[in-house]
Amino acid sequence: MNRDQALFEFLLRMGDSTLILSHRISEWCGHAPVIEEDIALANTALDLIGQTQFWLELAGEVEGKGRTADNLAHLRDAWDFRNLLLVERPNGDFGKTLMRQFLFDVWQSLMLAKLKGSSDQRIADIAEKASKEVAYHVERSANTVISLGDGTEESHQRMQDALEDLYPYVGEMFIGDKVDEVLVKAGIAPDPASLRAEYDRIVGDVMYKATLQLPEDDFAHQGGKTGRHTEHLGYILADMQFLQRAYPGAEW
Amino acid sequence: MYAQMVKTAGTGVKKPKDMTAEEKAFQAKIDRNEKIEPKDWMPDDYRATLIRQIGQHAHSEIVGQLPEGNWLTRAPTLERKAILLAKVQDEAGHGLYLYSACETLGVSRDELTEMLLNGKMKYSSIFNYPTLNWADMGAVGWLVDGAAIMNQVPLQRTSYGPYSRAMVRICKEESFHQRQGYAIMMKMAAGTADQKRMAQDALDRLWFPSLMMFGPSNKESVHSEQSMAWRIKINTNDELRQKFVDQTVPQIEFLGLTCPDKDIKWNEEKGGYDYTDPDWSEFFAVLKGNGPCNKDRLAARNAAWKNGAWVRDAMLAHARKKAARKAVAA
Repeated sequence: MNRDQALFEFLLRMGDSTLILSHRISEWCGHAPVIEEDIALANTALDLIGQTQFWLELAGEVEGKGRTADNLAHLRDAWDFRNLLLVERPNGDFGKTLMRQFLFDVWQSLMLAKLKGSSDQRIADIAEKASKEVAYHVERSANTVISLGDGTEESHQRMQDALEDLYPYVGEMFIGDKVDEVLVKAGIAPDPASLRAEYDRIVGDVMYKATLQLPEDDFAHQGGKTGRHTEHLGYILADMQFLQRAYPGAEW
Repeated sequence: MYAQMVKTAGTGVKKPKDMTAEEKAFQAKIDRNEKIEPKDWMPDDYRATLIRQIGQHAHSEIVGQLPEGNWLTRAPTLERKAILLAKVQDEAGHGLYLYSACETLGVSRDELTEMLLNGKMKYSSIFNYPTLNWADMGAVGWLVDGAAIMNQVPLQRTSYGPYSRAMVRICKEESFHQRQGYAIMMKMAAGTADQKRMAQDALDRLWFPSLMMFGPSNKESVHSEQSMAWRIKINTNDELRQKFVDQTVPQIEFLGLTCPDKDIKWNEEKGGYDYTDPDWSEFFAVLKGNGPCNKDRLAARNAAWKNGAWVRDAMLAHARKKAARKAVAA
């Protein structure tokens, strides 16, 4: 695998993860528990779409086959998507959506912090912009997880269930492969495993404040980063890609 | 505006000789174009009417997220999705500050929400129509927000301070919404045959319901002299509808689409278009709950409220725990 191939894969991993998570969050529109949360969810989805545009545009540029960010988003099938499995998990209740968000936000903020120092200036620039938004995302999702974990008996139980349900999708974020090896060597991106200790520290601290128990089993589902997804992604794409697929070549 | 058929409380405009001293002073203040602020004295009927009107407007913003949310996950490009997300986020924000304006009149957001959910308060009839193809996202911005702006621009000068200030902010964002809606329509109308068909279909379905947004014709309208005297209604329904038609017909022509009103005709003498009134029996049927989406919209809002109860309870419980811990530490 040469450097550009690895870089392309990596950029898809970043851009597809923000794209799919944004899609999931936008499913909430008009259905949140209070208006402030509707606004915050739409705002987060909007930030993530903006980041997606940057990552996928650069991916298309690196690939060099003339594909735009929109081509990549709307004209690939599931096996070519490289998002983390975590982000395609269904929304569940509001607590589960925010737990998924928190588990992702912490990873994303650590990743972006390292990418700000990437040897590839284009990546460093995107990371610089995105990390400002993500700092706010982490703060909000952490506070919500704490409030709901340490709220009522019912909310505590729901958040504990959400954590146990989603935790098996955390490990994938830290497992490196050939792609990562090439990028680490080139100083473009960090070794995913190197983010784990800080991640565990932050998540552990928030779970403690939320009175939630981290699962002991560290089993990790994998596949998203190499294109082997859960059953859910196909349905997401069927929705997301409908117009581009049904009316090929039209401009919108 | 997203408020229609707001029943004015009271028995109609009083003659000066029948007014109390307080009422006289209140009316004189309005006539001098001064704002009424929350702590000022106001007639109970003024307060009650404003709660109905601002509340209905707020509810419309909130329910109005649903027909657009319907296409969020299917937006055709990343940019369109981003714009639509920003717009829906604005609508929710409008709902929020309208509820806040309403709260200054002594009614809580939760009380207003309950009245929406149990059907005691209405939202605009337009949101009981479905969004069936992507061009609807254009037509909603262009026609629905366009009709809303017609009403909201004069309401920036309404007599109630908090409502007036909310309108100033809302109008700025709504005019951006209308422009982005029209931009979608231009793209669709100039696009492939299928896209043009979508654009025409959206216009065909939304034209008359948009005209209904201004409320019934003056002839059929419950008298609104009192609301006008209070300056919480500035123009008549027919005046605004005429203005909307006059503005919109040339835009339809520019798009190369066909106006669904086959009898639309320029009237040189009045300097405006003669148009066909919408079917008012359909309008009243929609208000009664028999529009295509009434049940779905209210069910969605009820589900959101009910499913979110544990979240709201937990947030409160956590805030109380935090405050208690702080008190112990202090």
